[in-house]
Amino acid sequence: MYRYSDFDAAFVRNRVDQFRAQVERRLDGSLTEDEFKPLRLMNGLYLQLHAYMLRVAIPYGTLNSAQMRQLAMIAERWDKGYGHFTTRQNIQYNWPKLRDVPDMLDALADVGMHAIQTSGNTIRNVTADQFAGAAADEIADPRPVAELLRQWSTDHPEFQFLPRKFKIAITGSPNDRAVTRAHDIGLRMVERDGEPGFEVIVGGGLGRTPMIGKIIREFLPREDLLPYIEAIVSVYNRLGRRDNKYKARIKITVHEHGIEEISQRVEERFAVLRPQFSGVDQELLAMIEAQFAPPIWKTKAEPETPALTAGYRSWIDTNITAHKRADHAIVSVSLKAHGATPGDASAAQMRVLADLAQHYGYDELRISHEQNVILPHVHRADLPAVYAALRAAGLATANIGLASDIIACPGMDYCALATARSIPVAQEIATRFDALKLEHEIGPLKIKISGCINACGHHHVGHIGILGLDRAGVENYQITLGGDGTETATIGERAGPGFAADEIVPAVERLVTAYLDLRASDYETFLQTYRRLGLAPFKAALYPEAVSHAA
Amino acid sequence: MTRRFTPKVVTANDLAEGDVVWLTADDRWTRHIEEAELIEDAGLAELRLLHADSQAHVVVGAYLADATSGPDGPAPLHFREAFRTRGPSNYAHGKQETA
Repeated sequence: MYRYSDFDAAFVRNRVDQFRAQVERRLDGSLTEDEFKPLRLMNGLYLQLHAYMLRVAIPYGTLNSAQMRQLAMIAERWDKGYGHFTTRQNIQYNWPKLRDVPDMLDALADVGMHAIQTSGNTIRNVTADQFAGAAADEIADPRPVAELLRQWSTDHPEFQFLPRKFKIAITGSPNDRAVTRAHDIGLRMVERDGEPGFEVIVGGGLGRTPMIGKIIREFLPREDLLPYIEAIVSVYNRLGRRDNKYKARIKITVHEHGIEEISQRVEERFAVLRPQFSGVDQELLAMIEAQFAPPIWKTKAEPETPALTAGYRSWIDTNITAHKRADHAIVSVSLKAHGATPGDASAAQMRVLADLAQHYGYDELRISHEQNVILPHVHRADLPAVYAALRAAGLATANIGLASDIIACPGMDYCALATARSIPVAQEIATRFDALKLEHEIGPLKIKISGCINACGHHHVGHIGILGLDRAGVENYQITLGGDGTETATIGERAGPGFAADEIVPAVERLVTAYLDLRASDYETFLQTYRRLGLAPFKAALYPEAVSHAA
Repeated sequence: MTRRFTPKVVTANDLAEGDVVWLTADDRWTRHIEEAELIEDAGLAELRLLHADSQAHVVVGAYLADATSGPDGPAPLHFREAFRTRGPSNYAHGKQETA
């Protein structure tokens, strides 16, 4: 894992000192809110519906046990004893007091963390495949490059006032777990003639105008990465629309100018920038890579398998992913206990996760964009012990990738931008499917819920997407179907009129019942069935009254 | 015929604490909407909002929210404003915690 250099440590600490003085000046009246707001946003501090909210970056979703313990300490000391993990691999604290925030930032700096550029029109936290460095299907660990991008983009003088926020995601695997096609820039590691490089995707995004990103370079040599990314952001900085917030993201720039023109401008800019990169970036990358060297793998004989309970077998079936080493496994810890708030972990749970990482997991933890926690390297012989510890902490829910493993944004329970609540809908759907005892039979199903059109809950790429809206002063939920956030990325289709809050759970249940009737075999997933049959039979299940009227 | 004015309350978030506050008739900021001033006149509403805007050292983001006269005093009309009087629905945090 990356360790802060003296420069990093001093930079982050200086920023905390600056912000501490800014908070003092705001509280004593020397700064107006108009003056203070951009300063607090630069440091990840929002003002939400009921309180301030501090968004802390977890760069490319990677943290160690000391960092996780510090997150737990912060939750207990300055918040309400829990944290909320987000779809951008951040953690949010929902209840900080303004005066405490500088102390919280100092506590983060103590463990090499910060909240810089988790807001504002800047390059945000670079996200990555949560299985990076562990996945069996991986070409290479993308995190050294993600760290290079973090260092390059942090406080980059040219890119502090972009037309709008800018999000980069990176994966080292052909199976895209980082939603790269729905980011401003998506990077997929590829090889050409044995040379490592990237497929560069630009102009993806969700929100009110969802777009699948377009390939701007099929193969970018590894050493050209920074100048090429700088060229893209620089062209966007120049062309991106500042006249209309809703048309300011690069997806609109690409859409309006066309990928050919953007590509040409980027190549022109790249030709200017490339010679300015002397190779220092590659030296830095080599130093970063050394810090991401794989751990010294434990080797031990597999113990006698204990008498396995049904619960353990079920957990192994759903929550374990193949590791690049046959004697290890990737453990996904679900933060989606049926009826709980997706992505929330108590301080006690964070400490259990930190302990498990330390004892069984080479001191590594990951946060996934699906709001779960990962122990990326666990020896298979340790799986029963890990399961037992997770179970005791209420963290052994066996539902990864299933109907109740729901992404939900905070929605109107917290967010000032939301138009409806998301969390209660997620809680009710999960509780309902748990009662039906059907989710293992249903198999892979991604339900994603956003509480407004900005789509933080990724509803456009959910197999079943739910969008909460305000219809004449009442919460109303629209369903989209057939979305997909992987390498076969697709924007879901709107199914029809929305549903009231008390109708949405039965509507989702009708969809799933229809799928079980329609699937060609037990192995055909919801998404495959949808792709084979299209919207019509699902629409008929959603709106039975419309069918009977037409008859 | 002019449209009937929907009564308003002035609401904001407290600068230091971040929690929801409402403006009272005697120029205090209260944590309870029932104690807020229910403003029944459009002109007066604008004046009260101007007053709130001058309190930038105390509150953030003041605005006028639709309200109605309830049994205990002003009550919210829209569900968003109702949530602001209570807190989130997934935990008993926020105002409902101390209620």
